Amino acid sequence: MTALTNQARVAAPPATARPSFFRHTAYLTLRQLRAAARVPAFVVMNVVQPLIWLLLFGQLFTSVVDIPGFTGGDNYLEFLTPGIVMMMALFGSAWAGTSYIQDMDRGVMDRFLTSPTSRGAMMVSTLVYQALLTLVQSLIVLGVAWLGGARFDGGLGGILILLLAAMLLTASFSALSNAAALLARNQNVLIGISQLITIPLMFLSSALMDTSLSADWVAEVARFNPFEWAVVAGREALGASPDWASVWGHLGLLAVFTAVLAWVATRAFRVYQRST
Amino acid sequence: MAASSDGMALVAADLVKTYSQGRGTPPLRALDGLTFQTEEGTVFGLLGPNGAGKSTTVKILSTLARPDSGTAMVAGIDVGRHPGRARSAIGFVAQKQVSDPMDTGVENLVLAGQLHGMSTRAARSRAGELLERFALTSAARRQVKTYSGGMARKLDVAIGLMHRPQVLFLDEPTTGLDPEARAEMWAEIERMSREERMTVLLTTHYLEEADRLASRLAIVDAGRVVTEGTPEQLKSELRGDAVVIELHEASVISRVLESLGRLGGFRDAAAEGRAVRARADDGGAALPLLLAALDAEGIAVASATVSRPSLDDVYLAHTGHSFAAVHAGSSADARTELEEVAS
Ligand SMILES: Nc1ncnc2c1ncn2[C@@H]1O[C@H](COP(=O)(O)OP(=O)(O)OP(=O)(O)O)[C@@H](O)[C@H]1O
Ligand SMILES: [Mg+2]
Repeated sequence: MTALTNQARVAAPPATARPSFFRHTAYLTLRQLRAAARVPAFVVMNVVQPLIWLLLFGQLFTSVVDIPGFTGGDNYLEFLTPGIVMMMALFGSAWAGTSYIQDMDRGVMDRFLTSPTSRGAMMVSTLVYQALLTLVQSLIVLGVAWLGGARFDGGLGGILILLLAAMLLTASFSALSNAAALLARNQNVLIGISQLITIPLMFLSSALMDTSLSADWVAEVARFNPFEWAVVAGREALGASPDWASVWGHLGLLAVFTAVLAWVATRAFRVYQRST
Repeated sequence: MAASSDGMALVAADLVKTYSQGRGTPPLRALDGLTFQTEEGTVFGLLGPNGAGKSTTVKILSTLARPDSGTAMVAGIDVGRHPGRARSAIGFVAQKQVSDPMDTGVENLVLAGQLHGMSTRAARSRAGELLERFALTSAARRQVKTYSGGMARKLDVAIGLMHRPQVLFLDEPTTGLDPEARAEMWAEIERMSREERMTVLLTTHYLEEADRLASRLAIVDAGRVVTEGTPEQLKSELRGDAVVIELHEASVISRVLESLGRLGGFRDAAAEGRAVRARADDGGAALPLLLAALDAEGIAVASATVSRPSLDDVYLAHTGHSFAAVHAGSSADARTELEEVAS
């Protein structure tokens, strides 16, 4: 190779970075959908627990709505459903990094990293896949809630916004889980970190209980909780007269939060490679 | 450096890589100034005991790991400065399996092609071609988790070849293959470097494999190249063929040793039971003279053999252990003996 051809190669544009990001995202998302389609039980399994919560809590706490000061309407199941959808999204995405751990153990990760595969696509494809999983599972939960008697005044538009919020929530916490996987490289550590984060977030929110009934500080802290943003956006949108400023405001916050986490998590590939 | 690396498909210059081993222990020096170059279109072999640093070298050259210091270049591209461009030029077959067990053989291949920018159609037809070449066509639509170890290994190599890389890294590609599959793999590697002018970096624990495939090889120990050259060079550096004379009775041994001394041309003569071993630069020419001399003295010879030094002898000389012993024992004492050899 002469110096001249070297120069020519340097001058060539860096192998069209943008288009390959989208194509790579599509190919890698399809790979994960293929794997899910081969084990469909997996998708359904993840919905069983949320459904149990929905029916159990829905039955146990029907009279919560009668507590003076409860501002979440007069049907607890209707209040609960968006909370359960978001809890499912949160806990499901905490496991997202597992597929990275598997890829590391199987050598697939190293192969991708030594090929021109876009790092951004490796990250975003898993977020898209997890979000699609949440979409399917959320529809199942909504269907069961409807059978249980819940009626949502927000209609189709409200449901679409709830789904969007659930998918954004999934994407953001999947990115976090992926980053933890890249840094820890260990399934047990990953699960430990995830639970450390997700459980407190769930309780510091209005997913199960109207925060106006909790201690003041809970409501205060919940305002900074991304999980709460998703719950509020979803619940408002399903209501009869949504506060649109609140809905779009919280969705916007979630979108920014997701973008930042996805970017940070993509940077974690560097750390992974440094310790390889 | 730039001038001398022209026409070199692979350059590793002074690579140093340390791994931290946790608090309280000093970092492990996996590579300690490792240096070698490979010409385009050749097969270069890396040999060495477990933990010598072969896989670490492959990981650095293939952009997966970053060296602490030193330069790595593939196909004229500096791996540290332009990893993205280097990745388009290389194929990577790691020591462990790299295919996705949940996907089928075809799906693995097509995805690899697509990620390298091939159209789906081109990737499909290339995948079909490679499956055929590696005798995997009948298993193409099965999930890889149902493959035998050998089948999965062949698929790994096929994945590395999808985009017709300029440089292919094969980290122990034939470990776990049966003799027939190994011979097929050898033929395929030879064909690729010959017909497609592909440069191959091959690490292996099979000396026979290195001898047959590699046009040049380096023996690595404790993160450094301890010797490098063509297999023939390395063997002839040992200076001389092994000559073994077996006698009917041990009593004549001292007379045989005297004859050897008188004749000249023999070195390192030593008795071993009823046999005498020595080295000679040209064993084929020296042996008849020796036999004639012994005959003249009336000494009866039971058998006489001349053998060229094997790569195993070379490995032994440079790492201080025979190949089998290295694999059984630790590499720590291999290192001290190596230093003795070097000094
Ligand atoms: N990710 C890592 N973290 C810590 N130490 C590592 C890592 N990878 C390799 N090492 C260490 O670096 C040294 C060189 O390892 P390497 O895998 O390069 O050896 P090798 O020559 O390929 O051996 P083998 O023949 O067993 O495959 C070993 O001591 C190994 O324990
Ligand atoms: Mg190795």
